[in-house]
Formats: sequence, structure tokens, C-alpha cells
Amino acid sequence: MNPLILNEELSQLSLLVVYGAMAVFTLTFLVSGYHLSQAASSKTKTGSVNTKTSSLAVLERVSLALSILGTLILAAGVIMRGIAAARVPWANLYEYSITGALILMIIYLVSVRSKEVRIMGTFVVGFVLLVLGTAVSVFYVQVASLMPALQSYWLVIHVMVALLATGFFSLAAALSLAYLLKTANWVQNAKTKGQENFRKIMEVFPSKETLERLAYRFNISGFILWSFTLIAGAIWAERAWHRYWGWDTKEVWTFIIWAIYAGYLHANATRGWTGKRAVWLGLIGFGAVVFNFTIVNMFFKGLHVYSGL
Amino acid sequence: MSSSQLYESPDIGLTGWARWIWRQLTSMRTALLLLLLLAAASVPGSIYPQRSADPNGVVQYFRDDEQLAEVLDFFQLFDVYTSVWFSAIYILLFTSLVGCVLPRTKVHYDALRAEPVQTPTNLSRMPVYQMEKTSHGVDVVAAGTKILEKQGYRVIQRGDSVSAEKGYIRETANLIYHFSLVGVLIAVGIGGGLSFSGQRVLAEGDTFVNNLAGFDSLSPGTFFDPERLAPISVTLDKFEVDYDFINETNIGTPLDFRATVTVRTPTDEQGQTSLVRVNEPLDATGASVYLTGHGYAPEITIRDANGDISYSGATIFLPQDGNLTSIGIIKVPDNLPEQIGVVAFFYPSAVKLTTGAYTSIFPGVIDPLLSMNVYTGDLGLDSGIPLNVYALDTDRLNQVAGRGTDNPAVELRLGETVDLPDGLGTVTFDGIKRFASLDIAYNPGQVWVLIFALLSLAGIVVSLTTPRRRIWVKKVGASFEVAGLSRRDDPRLEEVVRELTESIKKDK
Repeated sequence: MNPLILNEELSQLSLLVVYGAMAVFTLTFLVSGYHLSQAASSKTKTGSVNTKTSSLAVLERVSLALSILGTLILAAGVIMRGIAAARVPWANLYEYSITGALILMIIYLVSVRSKEVRIMGTFVVGFVLLVLGTAVSVFYVQVASLMPALQSYWLVIHVMVALLATGFFSLAAALSLAYLLKTANWVQNAKTKGQENFRKIMEVFPSKETLERLAYRFNISGFILWSFTLIAGAIWAERAWHRYWGWDTKEVWTFIIWAIYAGYLHANATRGWTGKRAVWLGLIGFGAVVFNFTIVNMFFKGLHVYSGL
Repeated sequence: MSSSQLYESPDIGLTGWARWIWRQLTSMRTALLLLLLLAAASVPGSIYPQRSADPNGVVQYFRDDEQLAEVLDFFQLFDVYTSVWFSAIYILLFTSLVGCVLPRTKVHYDALRAEPVQTPTNLSRMPVYQMEKTSHGVDVVAAGTKILEKQGYRVIQRGDSVSAEKGYIRETANLIYHFSLVGVLIAVGIGGGLSFSGQRVLAEGDTFVNNLAGFDSLSPGTFFDPERLAPISVTLDKFEVDYDFINETNIGTPLDFRATVTVRTPTDEQGQTSLVRVNEPLDATGASVYLTGHGYAPEITIRDANGDISYSGATIFLPQDGNLTSIGIIKVPDNLPEQIGVVAFFYPSAVKLTTGAYTSIFPGVIDPLLSMNVYTGDLGLDSGIPLNVYALDTDRLNQVAGRGTDNPAVELRLGETVDLPDGLGTVTFDGIKRFASLDIAYNPGQVWVLIFALLSLAGIVVSLTTPRRRIWVKKVGASFEVAGLSRRDDPRLEEVVRELTESIKKDK
């Protein structure tokens, strides 16, 4: 057996690179936010459309280029962390977070060819910043060896697929949030000037039907991947803990999330439940995903005690 | 005044009510609500300790606040997933599922044998619609039929129009998905009933025989038959641990656990030797052996004043922390002037703290030390009540060595022999073995659970990604119309209609 060599200096360097990615993402967030507000005001003024449109296109291109740059830097940070720990970089809460953020950005950039998804950049990058910020400030742990219970190729498969599912759920949640903001009463019947400005910004976003349909597509991808996570987890649990299912707290929450999204799928086929109610259900599902990722990982007692905190 | 005078309602009778209830239960809305209810009902099981997953947590709950624990227990909150209310929800859910899926299977079976629907009179009202001039010499109906058939549609010509449908597999896969979930539930139920899992702690050199007496604890399924336990024995030959000695921040972290075991069967007395590791259980016929824990089992001998042995052997010490400070209990009921009980601490790498107490600073054996508190009196072994071998009730015993008494704790280095106080005899620290906690488990249903789970996964993937599409092509004078309709979301419908229109235009 080759001796395990951990490299905490490289991990510290990786942390710096993640900070660098956060700086670029902050810039991305500002530029795409500015793009949104400019796009909103250009909708109201009809004059000088041409110059406005071209400057809008430039802004959009800049924010896209920045998000690609940020993603590349983040990827470098994640890979360095993996090399520093001499294994896949997803074995504790800090690593789940940075790898999960990277996966979400990759899913976003792959779907960005669709104009309706592209406009979600502010939401996505904002969320990624939140995740990375929490990761570096609360979740960071030194590189450590894998406990024997985690030494399995199922770590690679089960956790990677769970992170992918979470990425799809996150994008769906961003679209659902946009749907709710767009259709909210206080936005529709804007009274104050601030509300009116916000309504104009929400008009830049796709129609509520499009938002709902896109959220549905991302959610079904997430649901399929989540079902796979559940099955892969059960296979691994049988190998490691002698039973494929034992209602461990993490298993319970994996099941709860599965059941909520299964409910969401049914809602989309039930008269009276499509639209707002279904969108809410999807967001409740995402709330359970976030709860499972943070609160359950950190505070609930169980066999999945891998936060490293 | 009776209520019938207030409300005019048609008398639907008992069967009418039954039908109404059945229709409600099997509706999609009910399935949706039951799914959400199931999700909500699962939550308490992650908040309160469950007897199945964390029995000690339940005991602790009762110890902390017995009244509250009793109330919680009344509502089965320590057994959520076998509780009446949880069972009621999933039984209703699956009844609803079957009641919904069976009629759908009939409908789908008929649809599979039926021809595509009539071409609607007004195609322009379809969600996707296109109208084009017919190119010279193109037979729209023939061209449409040919192209659609090539694309795998079921096609029928009706006068000047073509009606085509594809994606029947969407519903087929959806039905497979739901039936597979029923399969999962049945396999979980039957498999669970026939399964067993037992725990056994083995010190190096010890042997476990797979029968009821061989287990330290056993959780059998409802239909478990001890007669059917596979006739095997497992000997723990050796248990090894690799620790990290290299990486400064990681020193002492276990990198690998390896249990070398020999499995013997009636037909194979010699036995097969193999390695059991975490994540790599040993799959023997009729049972698998899993490595779930480990610790130290110091070898200790106690002799009376004449030098005759009254206790000897490897004793299981339960680990208390990451550096394996461990506690072991020794009970010597016979052959001594008095019954004695010992609460012993084992430090694999002992260091003395400024307080005078010891602690272990490394989980491997570098500088081992045994420290014993000795008690005399009635151990309670003759009362007939089964006692925990890992605990000593010191309330009715008289401490003769250790903190708080005139005699210091009995301290032993490896190989040493030390006198016990009050002329009780001597104690010798002969050696150090390791022990392994093994789980022995068998569940004949789990393969079927996996098969049905994978089948359901395949079903949901196909069902959610295949659109069910209807396409119509109609000749209208010198032009032709193409229209498309999909059940549910179909991202490619517009593209499909556009491409079809182009193909018909260019058809030669």
C-alpha cells in the first residue's frame, strides 16, 4: 500500500483559489444585476433602442464570460483540494459545498444556450456565492484521510449523483423563485416606486408559463438523479452497515425529499394543482434539500456523520 | 325535523358511497396528498431516537424525562416507521396506487391496440400548427405517411389526412414504474420477515457458531426460523489496524481495518480464510459477515492467595474515545475468599495528566497500561436476573482499591503481576488482543428490492423523457397543414412539426 500523503499547504492554496473564484463571482453578480436593471429600464423607454440593445448584449456577454472565468477558477480550487487530500474532493461538508457549487455552475453554463435560463444568472451566481461563503467561513476543515467506512467506490458514485441532483434542484428552485416573484400580488399590483421598479425587472424574465415549464424540466432531472442517489445509497449501506435501509436520519431525509418531489410530479398532472401550488411544492422540496444538506448534516444524530465539523 | 328535509340529495346507497370513496382514494389528488403526508410523517423519526436504529438513545430519553418519554412512546414516536399511523398512510398510498394504476393499465392496453385518433377538423387550433404550399408533384398524404412511419409513428391515412401517434412507451414505462414500486414494497415486507441480523463480539482466536446461542444480540424477522441458520462457524484469526503515522494533522487516524477470518462448514472442516473489511463483508452461503467495530481485549489472569487461577482470558474492553481509552468489567464470583468485581481502564498509549489521572494519546499500542478499581461483595450473579456483562452495579459493593479508598488503583504494565489488596490474590497482565464486532446478517429479499428499484428507475427515466406525441398532416387544396399535440411537456414538438413540414415540401 502506498503511504497516504496529505498536503495541507496545497489545501490552503486551494482555499485561496476558492476565495479568488468568489471574487470573480461577486463581480459577475454585480454585472448581471446591472444588466437586469438596464434591461428593465430599456423596456420602458422606446427611444434609442439600438444603442441600448447593443450595450445590453455587451453586458450580458461580460457577465457570461465572468461566470465562465469564475467557474474555471473554482474548478482549479476543487481539483487542488482533491490532490491535497489524495482522493475525490467530496468527503466532508466543506468539500460537498465547493464541489456542489462547481456542479451547479457547470449545469447552468451547459443550459445557458437557452435564453430563458441565461437570464437566471443573477439568481444562480448569488446562490453559489452564498454556498461558497458558508463553506469557507463555517465548513472549512483541514484535509484528513477517509475513514474506512467511506473508503468505497460508492463514495464516488453516490455522492457525485447526489450533488448533481442538488444542482438540478437548485436551478429549478431559482426558476420557481422567479415565478413566485413575478406572479406575487405586491409585484403585479405594484404601488410604491420600488415595487414598480421591481415589477419592471421581473418583466425581463420569461413568462410564468415558461418559468414553470423550465422548472419542471430541471426538477424531473433532479428527481431521476435523486432516485438513483437513494438506490446507490441503499446498495452501499448494505455493504457497509449490513442493511440496505435502516431509517438512519440521513436516509429518512433522502426519503422525505424523494416523497415531496414525487408529490410535485403528481401535482403537475393534477387539475387545480398546476401553476402556483406545484411551484410552491417544488420549493418546499428544495427547502428539504437545503435542510438535509445543512441542519441534518451538522446537528442530527446518525450514521452519516461526515460533516467533519 | 330530519336532515333529509333540509338537504335534497339523491340516495346513492351503500354501493354508491363505496364507489365514491374508492374514486376519491384512487384519484391523483389523493395520491399527492398521501405522498406529502408520508413525507411529513417521516420527519419525527429523524428527531426522536428510533428503537430500530438507536435503541440506546431511547433508553437515554426515558432516563432523562420518563413522563415525556412515556407520552412519546404512547404515540409510537420511538417506532415511527412501524407505527400504526405511518403504516396506515403507506397502506392507503399503495391502495390508491393500485386502484389508480389497474384501470390505467386496461385503458393503455386498449390504446395500444387502437388506431390513431380521427384527424381534428380544425388543425389550426392545435398547440403547434403550420401551413405550407404543396410543392409540385408531391403527394402530401403519401409523403407524410412514409416519413412518419420511418420515424416510428403509428400511422393511419384517413382520406386527405394522416393521423399519427408515437410515444406509447411513455405510459407503458409509467405503469412499470408504479408496479415496480409495489414490487419493492412486497420484497421489503417478505424479505424483512425472512431476514435476521445478529451481533457478535469476537476476540482474536475466538470462534462464533451460527446458532441462536452464538449471538450476543439478534434481531430476527417475523418469519425467521432458527433451524434455517446456515451451519457455519467463523473464527477471528487476526485483527489489524493501520494508523496514520506520517501526516502531522492526521496522526492516529485509522486508515484501514482488516479482520482475517476462517469460515468453516460441515463439509469443509479445514475452512476458508478470507479478509473482512469495512465495506467488504464476507458473503458466505446463507449469511454475510460484516465488520462494524473493534477494540482491545487485554488478557488478564487473577489468582488466589495460593496461586490457583480463578479468572483468565481475553476480556472485551469497550472503547471510550478516539484514542481507545477503554473500559472493561471483570467479575470473579468463585474461588476467591469474596466475590470480586473489577472496573478496569485500558490505555494503549498511556500518559499521566497533571491531575494524576491517565489518558491515552494514541489508539495503537505504544505504552499500554491497565488501571483497576477493585470491589468486593455480592455481584448479584446468583439472583437469576440476567446482567449486562459490560456493566458492574457498584452500589451494593465495597470498593477496596482505586480513588476514594485507602489503596491506590491497581496499575499494571504489560507482563506484570501485582498483588490485589486485602490478600485477595494477584492479577497478571498477560497480553493484548484485539476484538472485532461482527454483524451476521441475511436478507433473501434484498436482491428483489434492488431489482424492482432498478426497474422502477428505468421506468421513470423512460416515462419522463419520452413524449407522447400526436401529429396530423392534411391536404387542403394546393396547400397542406401539419399540426402537433403532446400530452404534458414536450420541448421538441415545434421542431418536430417544422422539420416534418420541410421534409414533406422537399419530398420527391
